[in-house]
Amino acid sequence: MKFAIAVYSPAHSPASRRALLFAQAVLAQGHQLLRVFFYQDGVHTASSNVVTAQDESDTAAQWRAFIIEHQVDAVVCIAAALRRGVLNEEEARRYQRPAANLTEPWQLSGLGQLHEAAQQADRLVSFGGH
Amino acid sequence: MAKSMLIISRQAPWAGPAAREALDIALAGGAYDLPVSMLFLDDGVYQLADAQAPDAVQQKNLAANLQALPLFGVDELFVCAASLARRGLSHAALALAAQTQTDEQLRELLPRFDLVVTL
Repeated sequence: MKFAIAVYSPAHSPASRRALLFAQAVLAQGHQLLRVFFYQDGVHTASSNVVTAQDESDTAAQWRAFIIEHQVDAVVCIAAALRRGVLNEEEARRYQRPAANLTEPWQLSGLGQLHEAAQQADRLVSFGGH
Repeated sequence: MAKSMLIISRQAPWAGPAAREALDIALAGGAYDLPVSMLFLDDGVYQLADAQAPDAVQQKNLAANLQALPLFGVDELFVCAASLARRGLSHAALALAAQTQTDEQLRELLPRFDLVVTL
């Protein structure tokens, strides 16, 4: 089955951890993961500046490792990201901000990517709230 | 055939960017000619209340963006009757024409859509 996943909560939320576990289960059971789309506060997951205490689970780092390992198409909504200070170098330059905090493997793009994934997948599964 | 999507918007317009971000999903879907509808539920019904004064809390008026929905082909708008009643808005003028749905009607409405996204 083809899955698309949408994440609306930041990496420090239980919802994000559940989304990651679900994404891992999708691949472990031999299904396809077309895209993970990060929207609303979910865009914070892509920030390179998330620092987690050493004795706490670093879900943002786990997302990053998962996306790299499985070459997952990880798209961050650009409008939601700009609003929350998550910028790649191009956007940091465009808006004259001193630093960029979004790099590979994350891609900044528009909401069309959420719709496209939802159209192509057999299931869109959303994770939001707490 | 394109899959239909119902976007359930549950946040008040003054409660951060959630209402605007739910609306943006609908507008984006409309721009791609996808069959998108919206349901205003819980505090989301406040988005439809007429004669708001967003300036008083230094906010932009969301109603102007909501008016764009029909222009983007998002014609089917629904609002939960119970949510309106709980907030004393049952007889209030709504800024946008939306079909009022009883709980019974909502139970029939949701399965009509291929995709349901709640924000």
